[in-house]
Amino acid sequence: MSSFFRNALVRYVAKRIAWASVVLVLISFFAFLVIQLPPGDFLDSYVEELSRSGMGVDSATLVALRHAYGLDRPMIVQYWEWVSRFARGDMGVSFLYAKKVNVIIAERLPWTLALTFGSMLLTYGFAIPIGIYTARRQYSAADFAASFIAFIGMATPGFLLALVLMWIFYVCFGVTVGGLQSPQFIGQPLSWAKVGNLLMHLPVPLVVIGIAGIASLTRTMRATLLDELGKQYVTTARAKGLPESVLIRRYPVRVALNPIISSGGWLLAELFSGDTVAGIVLGLPTIGPVMYRALLAKDMFLASSCVMVMSILTVFGFLISDIVLAYVDPRIRLG
Amino acid sequence: MSDLVVDIRNLTVSFNTRRGDVTVVDALSLPIERGRVLGVVGESGCGKSVMSRCLLRIEAPGKIVSGNVTYFKDSRQALHLESMDATGTTIRRIRWKEIAMIFQEPMSSFGPQHTIGFQIGEAMRLHCADSSVAAVVEALKAVGMPRPDEVVRQYPHQLSGGMRQRAMIAMALSCRPSVLVADEPTTALDVSTEAQILELIRSKQKALGMSVLFISHNLGVIAHIAHDVAVMYLGQVVERSPVKTLFDNPKHPYTRALLQSIPRVDREYSGPLVTLSGNPPSPFALPTGCRFHPRCSERIAGVCDREVPVAETLADGTEVRCHRWRK
Amino acid sequence: MSTLQTATIAADDVSWSQWRLIRAKFRSHKLALVSIWLLGAFYLVALFAEFLAPYGPWQPSAYAFAPPTRVHFFFRGKFVGPIVYRIKIESNPKTFERNFVVDENQPVPIHWFVQGAPYQWLGFIPSSLRLFGVEKSAQINLMGTDILGRDCFSRNLIATQISLTVGLIGVFITFVLGCLIGGASGYYGGVVDNVVQRFMEFVTCLPTIPMWMALGAAIPASWSNLKVYFAITIILALRSWTGLSRQVRSKLLEMREEDYIIAARVAGTRDWGIILHHLLPGFASYLIVNLTVEIPRMILGETTLSFFGLGLRPPTVSWGVLLQDAQNLAAISIYPWLMFPALMVVVCVLAFNFLGDGLRDAMDPYKE
Repeated sequence: MSSFFRNALVRYVAKRIAWASVVLVLISFFAFLVIQLPPGDFLDSYVEELSRSGMGVDSATLVALRHAYGLDRPMIVQYWEWVSRFARGDMGVSFLYAKKVNVIIAERLPWTLALTFGSMLLTYGFAIPIGIYTARRQYSAADFAASFIAFIGMATPGFLLALVLMWIFYVCFGVTVGGLQSPQFIGQPLSWAKVGNLLMHLPVPLVVIGIAGIASLTRTMRATLLDELGKQYVTTARAKGLPESVLIRRYPVRVALNPIISSGGWLLAELFSGDTVAGIVLGLPTIGPVMYRALLAKDMFLASSCVMVMSILTVFGFLISDIVLAYVDPRIRLG
Repeated sequence: MSDLVVDIRNLTVSFNTRRGDVTVVDALSLPIERGRVLGVVGESGCGKSVMSRCLLRIEAPGKIVSGNVTYFKDSRQALHLESMDATGTTIRRIRWKEIAMIFQEPMSSFGPQHTIGFQIGEAMRLHCADSSVAAVVEALKAVGMPRPDEVVRQYPHQLSGGMRQRAMIAMALSCRPSVLVADEPTTALDVSTEAQILELIRSKQKALGMSVLFISHNLGVIAHIAHDVAVMYLGQVVERSPVKTLFDNPKHPYTRALLQSIPRVDREYSGPLVTLSGNPPSPFALPTGCRFHPRCSERIAGVCDREVPVAETLADGTEVRCHRWRK
Repeated sequence: MSTLQTATIAADDVSWSQWRLIRAKFRSHKLALVSIWLLGAFYLVALFAEFLAPYGPWQPSAYAFAPPTRVHFFFRGKFVGPIVYRIKIESNPKTFERNFVVDENQPVPIHWFVQGAPYQWLGFIPSSLRLFGVEKSAQINLMGTDILGRDCFSRNLIATQISLTVGLIGVFITFVLGCLIGGASGYYGGVVDNVVQRFMEFVTCLPTIPMWMALGAAIPASWSNLKVYFAITIILALRSWTGLSRQVRSKLLEMREEDYIIAARVAGTRDWGIILHHLLPGFASYLIVNLTVEIPRMILGETTLSFFGLGLRPPTVSWGVLLQDAQNLAAISIYPWLMFPALMVVVCVLAFNFLGDGLRDAMDPYKE
């Protein structure tokens, strides 16, 4: 019995991985294309900036620079250069930071991952139990309270929440909550004080990143569970003499979890969004703010690589959520 | 004195809605005899399904307002189901072990995420000594399920409606209940499957000596399976008698109207089919007097619309609730 | 014959009472009811924004960062109707701080239906009629002024026009794309489903805000305001249809199994007939809830993009553009009225979400 499932599952997973790679190729093209799309390149905006501050660049230097960076070649060639090097793990050089993109990403990826997965745990940890509770007690005081908070969470854009939280801290405590550690700890070796300081800085970014996901997943959970609770099989399970808590957990919740699981990839994408916004407003050492600056400065290798890295992680998230969904839902697994 | 297995007395069940309370079962009394099949017929919305759910206390969101539902476990033990906590341990031990139920929609009566075997085994784990895979296969075999050892590890969506209903019956009978509540078990099935399922229920009832409360809106099905019949209209039993008496000599005008609306091939043509005029009135605005009088062709002006008829037992054992039969 | 009969019965009996039930249930959802009125008011404000605003959105004044003007009804203990006082700017020569001094000696009455700065109502009807205003020597800034002394109240009102319509146009595109693509995917399954799924995955795998930002940054600076506006709505919709599409698909996959669909298919109903007559009503509540929830997402998207300078650009006035002024923490601490647009966003989005929730509960056939 189990070997049959395992084989079916293995085939399913292999197919999904193959598709995921195709998606990645598409994304790489898109990431490069969109960022290349606007007229002008980094050198244009660089020259603009220099001339604004009164310095001039002679055109011969410009041509030489453009050639050196390969900006004078057709876009498809540039794309191929970039993507083939990317595949080998070389993301090129950032004009803006005058550093290898690899170095910039390597500095910031761990923080991005830590914050993203932290808020993912936070999201599931809050959304699922609250969703179940409010669906089972529809129209109760707790339902109204939870719903209201969820609604506020959904109605507040991330940047606004970040601003408001910063504002509250600034006005009430006179401190600026930016970054993940206080300035005196940056560059210091790891110590308990440093860890403590880090933990103090975590809640605000985690809340800002997670709030949209928590709010909407809570609503989704509540809505689907409400649908499921009215179904016949719940009554059957009740009639069988199952204790209420067991039957809810074993039957309707299992079904209602499917949309939650299938939205795992979506959630990851959403969290990267939150991460970007929170990163810019709160000045976090994550990939988002770098991408933002790179986009504004048309630093295409950096911007494309940032979009690409986030997309690879999201594709991976989708892959995992699809596999988990196939594992738990026989209707998908067995067609 | 007859041997009762369940006695429903003056049962009143109501629902809270935004428009106010609706009483869907109104002071209903219905004895269920041990080892017999009691058929309950009535139009949709007459409360028959809610009433049957009270036997397992799964009537929520309906509420039992008053009355008794007594289950006689044996000649010494009478259990008052209505006073039990609907989510408590006591009623959970009675569910399935003593009183099991099968439902109308075989498509959705199994949870989609677990195998048939798991769901039947789950019931057996709760109430029976043996809940091994072999026992589950045995339970499936007992209801004539083809390829039972495959079905055990299949999911509901892989079975046809008839197979699912068969599996449902296997699950219901797996713990040898004394009472089986069947809430329109064949309504969603095609005719040949319906016949098979009815045959299965009847043979199992005989073999196990179960009592069956069989709900249907189809008099033909009831005629086929029931020993006794109760006709319900708007939350009340209007007529109750042995099946032969009811079909040969219906007393209540509602019963007669129902019978006349069935095409018969075993009788000579006796004019066009009669249809019952109008719809059942809204439960928010019940008629005064006899609830059936606005649709009744035999109503007595000044009586039927004023006085509420009481149930009376006639000489042939029929219990009827109609002013026409008082004299 | 029998189909005709059933159809008539269904039309008379079922749908009528069903919609009546939905209406009755919706009415009992107080928050949703309040929300629908609130949103109605919002859109009315958007329609008559120029008339309701005392100033033009780009009309500068000498009073930069003036706090909200207080409206008084009593002058020296006597009721005189709504009046304001003139303000004067005084500079503190030592601290270089600017102070606004209220001149309480002379009341300036608020006039109704005054001639103010000219505008084109609906873009083509020239007018200069404004609901209220004060004489030129005084100012009425109900929400204060910004760095150029422009009236924040007027700017907020004008901003509703852009911010509220971004959602509507965007959601229309979303809705059409989501239903068509998700519907085809879930209904046909197989190859169609696979291709669509991969395409959706491709779109969804681009994290929303980074992708919006990349696309926003790709809008050429030379484009006109109108072009940018439509580009932004399309950008917002390009991402959001996948959510709806996924839900439509998964719901369809579930429902494909149900008896009545199989029944209809066996009865020879055409595919699109089944989709329209059986499946669509089956998850109408899903669609409607998604629709009402997508509009505020669009509004949030526009606000976020514009806030980061990658969406609509000044001189276009939207809530997001207005919030660009609130990027500086110190500025919002000293001039908190710059956060008014944020309040508008939150209230409007809340109202949309409550509305969606009310509709969802009203359409839930399993409740009661």
